[in-house]
Amino acid sequence: MATSKPPRTANRWQVARLVERRVETRTAQTLVLEVPDWPGHLPGQHVDLRLTAPDGYQAARSYSIAGPVVDGPGGPRVEVTVQRVHDGEVSPYLIDVFGDGDPLEVRGPLGGWFIWRPEETAPVQLVAGGSGIVPLMAMIRARRAAGSKVPFRLIYSVRTPSDVIYADELRRRVRDDFGLDIAYVYTREAPEGWRGEPHRIGLADVNTHGWPPDLQPLTYVCGPTAFVETVADLLVGLGHPSRQVKTERFGPTG
Amino acid sequence: MTEMSYLDGNMLDGPMRELFTVDLSSAMGRCENCGMTGSMASLHVYSNAPGLVARCPSCEQVMLRLVRGPDRAWLDMRGTTFLQVPMPMEQPFPGPL
Amino acid sequence: MGIVSPGFQGRPRTQEPALPPGQYLTEDFPVLSAGPTPRVPLDTWEFVIAAENGSEHRWSWQELMALPQETPMVDIHCVTRWSKLGTNWQGVSLDTLLADVDTGAHFALAHSYGGYTTNLPLDDLRGGRAWVVHTFDGAPLPAEHGGPARLLVPHLYFWKSAKWVRGLRLKTMDEPGFWETAGYHDYGDPWREQRYQGD
Ligand SMILES: Cc1cc2nc3c(=O)[nH]c(=O)nc-3n(C[C@H](O)[C@H](O)[C@H](O)COP(=O)(O)OP(=O)(O)OC[C@H]3O[C@@H](n4cnc5c(N)ncnc54)[C@H](O)[C@@H]3O)c2cc1C
Ligand SMILES: [Zn+2]
Repeated sequence: MATSKPPRTANRWQVARLVERRVETRTAQTLVLEVPDWPGHLPGQHVDLRLTAPDGYQAARSYSIAGPVVDGPGGPRVEVTVQRVHDGEVSPYLIDVFGDGDPLEVRGPLGGWFIWRPEETAPVQLVAGGSGIVPLMAMIRARRAAGSKVPFRLIYSVRTPSDVIYADELRRRVRDDFGLDIAYVYTREAPEGWRGEPHRIGLADVNTHGWPPDLQPLTYVCGPTAFVETVADLLVGLGHPSRQVKTERFGPTG
Repeated sequence: MTEMSYLDGNMLDGPMRELFTVDLSSAMGRCENCGMTGSMASLHVYSNAPGLVARCPSCEQVMLRLVRGPDRAWLDMRGTTFLQVPMPMEQPFPGPL
Repeated sequence: MGIVSPGFQGRPRTQEPALPPGQYLTEDFPVLSAGPTPRVPLDTWEFVIAAENGSEHRWSWQELMALPQETPMVDIHCVTRWSKLGTNWQGVSLDTLLADVDTGAHFALAHSYGGYTTNLPLDDLRGGRAWVVHTFDGAPLPAEHGGPARLLVPHLYFWKSAKWVRGLRLKTMDEPGFWETAGYHDYGDPWREQRYQGD
């Protein structure tokens, strides 16, 4: 198995600046960072972001990369999508305070395991809870960019319809990206005309909207730790070998 | 909720890059306690602690601890018997050196 | 030091002269965990002091509760830099538990349900400075904070106050515990800022 050389940038912190911000939902925003020295990355990888206060205090957090690298006039641009965590230390700052042109430090790309390579041929199932959509969206975007025909199924669990991150783009992609199916699970409030009650993701959702184990799909599950735990157990219970089920836990909140 | 506070070994890549140049999170490792061999990315990492504590997903024994001081880092891997690290195909006939 | 991100403060931190160096005051009670939280039923819970000569002293939950109870009000200092002032506990003094233990040992290795360990000089567990506590702020100690019972040794960094404590092994030689084998200080005096080995 040939592996590419690890990028040097993963081993050090470099200064990146905010060049653009997009509001995704009431609580989530996409931050576009200009990172001078960026070697490229694979969908599913993440970066570590580090903030320093005037007295030297630092806090670092991991954020998944949301899409392919974009060339900007000032250098490569990397996008992350941050969900505001109530009384969090870093996410409220990134959403409310961090301003245009402001610097922070970034380390990456990181994580060579929770990745999807566009040359893969196995069908893919993606299961997202809340902001867990971010690295999975990077896979959906990479599939499109590579012209991959591999069938993708996404199950996306959200509280309410207005919490869907990338809502417009997902609507568009289901229409335009042949072989991409999306099923939503609403935990608090479902849209008008929705059949069924709001509920937490369960066996029926995974069974109905995922791939059966005999198709040997690649599975990616991402979201809050408790969500990932539940879904991974369901999938293994359905007969998916646990090493084919890749997980990315975002922590207690996600 | 605290039961649900761990992360995946995948997040070890960043902190471990401070010590090594390769992505150890996607290396394979063997648990010293139960013998399970799997990707280091599938370990359970507890990070709300004085250091990072990575545990075997099947027996929950500690496989790796990483403590970061201001000018030093400590890595304790006594719970891991070996690491199998993917390498670039640059040596078709590898020797011991 | 990295480049400053404008407006970033981090968690509200007040540095007070009354605090050990490098510590910040916190009002809440952060939960640190290095592994799954053990759930220990009270009917099988026990606390065991094993002396260096092999003799053992055991207490069941009822026996612990029947011992004289104390209500220390103390400041606690976590090596992750938060300090909390005036915390209220209830439990049994280590002086009481060690009273009948015949030992010439100088060190203790506290060990816990779940496998955690931490080392302390035996003298630091004596003299009204250490307790096995089961009540915090008038309520049973929650499992995430170390219940049913944890060690409380407030004059040392809080990692020495082992959660889910199960016993002490008394030793003639110091044997480093969970964090002490991974870089943290063998003694851990917050006032001398003994965070890491060699500090
Ligand atoms: C690999 C990876 C990728 C990630 N990708 C993304 C992403 O793409 N988008 C995204 O939005 N997030 C992502 N996350 C989560 C992200 O890293 C942060 O955890 C999140 O933004 C919250 O950080 P914060 O500083 O705002 O909150 P924190 O200050 O860390 O607090 C988070 C919450 O936990 C509670 N808490 C804090 N400490 C404790 C404790 N000791 N015990 C119990 N509860 C506690 C707080 O009260 C708060 O409610 C990712 C995480 C990982 C590991
Ligand atoms: Zn194991």
